Amino acid sequence: MKKLAVWKFASCDGCQLTLLDCEDELLTVAARIEIAHFAEASSVSSPGPYDLSLVEGSISTPEDRERIRHVRRISKHLVTIGACATAGGIQALRETPALLPVVYARPGYIATLDRATPVSAHVPVDFELRGCPIDKRQLLEVIAAFLAGRRPVIPTHSVCVECKARGNPCVLVAHGTPCLGPVTQAGCGALCPAFNRGCFGCFGPMETPNPAALKITVESPWYTERSESAG
Amino acid sequence: MVHRTIRVGGLTRVEGEGALLVRARDGRVNDLQLRIYEPPRFFEALLRGRAFTEPPDITARICGICPVAYQMSACQALESICGVTVDGPLRDLRLLLYYGEWIESHALHIYLLHAPDFLGYPSGIAMARDHRAVVERGLALKKAGNDLVAAVGGRAIHPVNVRLGGFHRLPDLRGLSERLEHALTLALETVDWVSGFDFPDVEHDYRFLALTHPDEYAILSGDLPGFPVDEWPLHITEEQVPHSTALHSRLDGRRGYLTGPLARYNLNFAKLSPRAREAASALGPVCLNPYKSIVVRAIETVHACDESLRILDRYKPPDAPTVPVEPRPGVGHGASEAPRGTLLHRYRIDDDGLIAEADIVPPTAQNQARIEDDLRVLVEPRLGLPVPELTALCERAIRNHDPCISCSAHFLELCLEQ
Repeated sequence: MKKLAVWKFASCDGCQLTLLDCEDELLTVAARIEIAHFAEASSVSSPGPYDLSLVEGSISTPEDRERIRHVRRISKHLVTIGACATAGGIQALRETPALLPVVYARPGYIATLDRATPVSAHVPVDFELRGCPIDKRQLLEVIAAFLAGRRPVIPTHSVCVECKARGNPCVLVAHGTPCLGPVTQAGCGALCPAFNRGCFGCFGPMETPNPAALKITVESPWYTERSESAG
Repeated sequence: MVHRTIRVGGLTRVEGEGALLVRARDGRVNDLQLRIYEPPRFFEALLRGRAFTEPPDITARICGICPVAYQMSACQALESICGVTVDGPLRDLRLLLYYGEWIESHALHIYLLHAPDFLGYPSGIAMARDHRAVVERGLALKKAGNDLVAAVGGRAIHPVNVRLGGFHRLPDLRGLSERLEHALTLALETVDWVSGFDFPDVEHDYRFLALTHPDEYAILSGDLPGFPVDEWPLHITEEQVPHSTALHSRLDGRRGYLTGPLARYNLNFAKLSPRAREAASALGPVCLNPYKSIVVRAIETVHACDESLRILDRYKPPDAPTVPVEPRPGVGHGASEAPRGTLLHRYRIDDDGLIAEADIVPPTAQNQARIEDDLRVLVEPRLGLPVPELTALCERAIRNHDPCISCSAHFLELCLEQ
């Protein structure tokens, strides 16, 4: 049986939890691929090499920079799961040297890199699964595709496509709510617009986004008018 | 003279990353450190300068297992600055969302992380080979919790529907009662199942911290023992200690208090729902055995299902999904009961409606010193045991407290003294 490993770097655990959140499919997945290393879920770890490594989290310490290289060496395929591993995640907002004294009284005890960076800044990545958190159907598609030896079928179009398919009114055009949907990759099912709020881009940029057009829209007089009347 | 050093590198079946170091000499434990090597993510610092409306979405990302706890503590702290109280059906929706998180998180811990210790398996998945129906029951219960979070919050992890003042949209709650009736049955079966486990005969003289509320088994709001929530920074302090790897919390100057299910159960037993109290009749109102926390979690899951059903029964949709919240300069505090313990937030909003200061004390930071005390008592008389056996015992004792290390917003990655 092929071997699956799950690794964690700087992250919230939410993306690896998504695997355990596949309540209806978890035992089926476990029957098709050996979950050989998954520290959050199992106290035994069978040694590598692994056929598929799912990596959560961004790289932010000198130790982790070495560890991700090790993970790459013992993994035939390496797939990043979620915004942290794929793009750096929310902690990539930081500029560490300036922030350290804000949180810690004695910053000298802390070993950390200047920035939190995506896995692809350190090692080659075979596939990047987007989302904060990832979508569980997309995770199952990635694992199934890997087992079948094909590329995962993950759409790279914008959230707008999902919004139209779902029949949501456009929050940007109808309510004047700022929305990153036009430039953000689909995958969430247009969740935020369905809840009357603008997309905040947690799946990252779509393939060939056009942010300039979005900028023209939100600066146009009709948009400003709607935005103000909506309060 | 016998020196012994035990290292448990890479704790498993806990959320996040940690390790344990024990140094012993002549049968005495000289040093015991629960090491947290979760990389720091600097949330409190990166919140500075952001809009006062942003902390619920940002702090949710501290923990994928209990994002709702972060959203609720953040909302209440910021609303208190702005002079807004969210009550009636909107508060009921918050409770529903939070109960969903309790059900999901407790089912995860009971079935996939903790029960394998009692039955001798390395994981819930391995346990399923011999006990498939039991694990499927656990997954169904967990799913019911996730469904509740998704119905109210939009999705199970990092819900999108929460905002200051309430919600972005009123949720559609149709069909939830039937699912929760079923979940309640599963939760009651869970109490029976875990009550039959073989428990080590241990009791600790814990000092407990949990919210208490006059009418509720406190989860969303209340007072802390002896002081109101907005005084928490006067009573709970954190220190960065050089010989340890994490901030240690002190309560009124003393280290080693416990927050979480055992604290809530012992302080608030009388406020459990009728079905939960009935399910707790065998355990009784006092539980000081940390291994029995699995029973307490099961009872709390019954409570969460029972209370959710009561809310669904009385819920009448309000006119609007949110009450308006305008920024005001000032300082505010919030506390709520994450599945693994009290989660404290404090913010200062400046004159421009931006976050000037943020301070977050997660439950695992508070419990860390107490977990080390549990371990010291466990390890000292058993120093002669073979290392793998002692290691397994230590891991088990840590898991009793369901530490969520990734929610350690500011646990330290320390340059260790060697």
